[in-house]
Amino acid sequence: MHGVCLLRVLLVPVLLASALSWAQKPDTGVPTANSAVPPPESMAARVQACTACHGREGRATPDGYFPRLAGKPQAYLYHQLLNFREGRRRYPLMSGLLEHLSDAYLAEMAAYFAGLEIPYPPPRPPVVDSALLERGRRLVQQGDAGRGLPACVQCHGPAMTGLLPAVPGLLGLPRDYLNSQLGAWQTGQRQAQAPDCMARVARMLSADEVSAVSAWLASQALPANPRAVARLPQPLPLKCGGLTAEGAS
Amino acid sequence: MRRWLWGGVLALGLGATVLAVLLWMGWRQAPEPLPAAASASGPALSVDQVSRGAYLARVGNCAACHTAQGGRPYAGGQAIDTPFGRVYSSNLTSDPATGLGRWTEDDFWQALHHGRSRDGRLLNPAFPYVEYSRVTPEDARDLWAFLRTLPPVVRENTAHELAWPYRTQWALAFWRGLYFRPAVWQGVPDQSSQWNRGGYLVQGLGHCAACHTPRNALGGYRSGAEFGGYHLPAQGWYAPSLKDLGQAGVGAADREEWVRVLKSGVGAAAVVTGPMAEVVSQSTQYLSLEDLRAMASYLASSSDALGRAAAAEGARGAAALAGPSGVEAQLYERHCSSCHGEQGRGVLGAYPPLAGNRAVLMAQTGNLVRMVLEGGYSPSTADNPRPHGMPPFRLVLRDDEVAAVLSYVRNAWGNSAPPIVPLDVLRDGAAAH
Repeated sequence: MHGVCLLRVLLVPVLLASALSWAQKPDTGVPTANSAVPPPESMAARVQACTACHGREGRATPDGYFPRLAGKPQAYLYHQLLNFREGRRRYPLMSGLLEHLSDAYLAEMAAYFAGLEIPYPPPRPPVVDSALLERGRRLVQQGDAGRGLPACVQCHGPAMTGLLPAVPGLLGLPRDYLNSQLGAWQTGQRQAQAPDCMARVARMLSADEVSAVSAWLASQALPANPRAVARLPQPLPLKCGGLTAEGAS
Repeated sequence: MRRWLWGGVLALGLGATVLAVLLWMGWRQAPEPLPAAASASGPALSVDQVSRGAYLARVGNCAACHTAQGGRPYAGGQAIDTPFGRVYSSNLTSDPATGLGRWTEDDFWQALHHGRSRDGRLLNPAFPYVEYSRVTPEDARDLWAFLRTLPPVVRENTAHELAWPYRTQWALAFWRGLYFRPAVWQGVPDQSSQWNRGGYLVQGLGHCAACHTPRNALGGYRSGAEFGGYHLPAQGWYAPSLKDLGQAGVGAADREEWVRVLKSGVGAAAVVTGPMAEVVSQSTQYLSLEDLRAMASYLASSSDALGRAAAAEGARGAAALAGPSGVEAQLYERHCSSCHGEQGRGVLGAYPPLAGNRAVLMAQTGNLVRMVLEGGYSPSTADNPRPHGMPPFRLVLRDDEVAAVLSYVRNAWGNSAPPIVPLDVLRDGAAAH
């Protein structure tokens, strides 16, 4: 995380100096007056504090650390906003911003980002050996029945684009972000509503397996239809909290 | 030699006597029962009494401290950092075992007015009983009526984590001997009823002094400095002076603006953030306009018109040293002007103006630096349910860039204030975490 911050801090002046045009290049999340100024009453204007890090219209790319928001399921985004506000997820900048915002407003912000359909950039496959990638692919697609470890696709959808209304897609995210989320779930730094099925799954993974899963996920392109699916071919393998559209229990 | 010895013994004896007197003063405040009600209300709670109590709980902002992040309302457990260690708020719900379920009205009065728990223990003054002691018996009764209606939540109280000797009862007795005299607010007969109502709220349940009055090394209020502004030691925020018109003092002509800010979180030239956002979110937005106007009237009567002039004078002298260069203006143009405007005028209701903004020009620059580094939303309130937010620039701008752009803002469009240096940004950024 520190390395990533440092990298951003070092990169930012370079990016500014080269005066990139937003229309041509992926958004790095650096707010500038050059980007189109949304009218003050619009939702786009009200979420500028979000887009400072998550990129214009929440389109952050895997080049940075911050996850993309655009097109994620509404209830997933809403639950994460609640989780940050209530302390189940910890990132001081996020919780500081959300501390005194109402449920209704957070739900509106979530709906705004969920409704943005923005093309995904091609993935940037991490440089890792093929054995690790293969190990990651197997864990994501097949899990490990011997240990009772479900496959990612069993909950996050066959194409890993998420499940409506509250399970996120796993593609188009920075590998660093995926690693740190799985790590945070293992240590309890990130939690979801009880029963916290993702914590159970993450704690079954070794450090090498986390690395394999994140490497493979980060190397995958989005399918032609990147939207979250409405239902899964089989029932969920675990009992999970927070899967409905309602607020945190 | 012998004279030295006798002098020492005498000094020691004198010191011991003073200590004993202070300890005695701290202890002696014998708990008295709640004065009898003027009209007997009987054991049943009236709806009116409970709703009056609920309103008073908003004024006192009880829930803010007595609710943990993500926890059940009033069930306590919120950690509050102080220079003496960490205290945890207690469970105020009606659970008999872990909350106030077994308390009586007299027990509650003993806590609120005398700062003593049900068992007679002296309470830590993080619970602001120095102010709450001023609450009238009638209001205390209503407040208690409301607290009794809170649904029971089982949550065992967490023990404070205080350093020695601050955790001892004798240290609290000593502190109380120095700084606490239980007394209900008496008011000033010469002043209007509006002023008196405002004074009662500001000095009592509102406990504004708890943050806005500077404290000494023992955590007592510095004498003669009431509402003079205070750097909150554990939060890293500066609670601006409520007297100095160059800070958050209430000018006679600005009363309605002040009321708007406390009611909605946003005024024409101010936006609340930091710890005050919590106060607006949980307390002042629920206050009647009448009560907010009374508080404004009380504070305006003690505001110091000289403060603004003095601040401006000092600033002008120092600003001559800082000539904004092109780089600073470019940073502003690139990162700030799309919202705050090329002339720093902002957009009413959305983005605060920077030209002439007291929060920009104040000598205490920590809050300003923190706003740029961390960003922030004003609270969702009934009058402003969908507030705009300032983006965090911690990951976008280097310390020297933050210093440069803020120095520019402090000296553009007629603004005039000493520049901010990168070391300020480094220090204030570190205080934030």
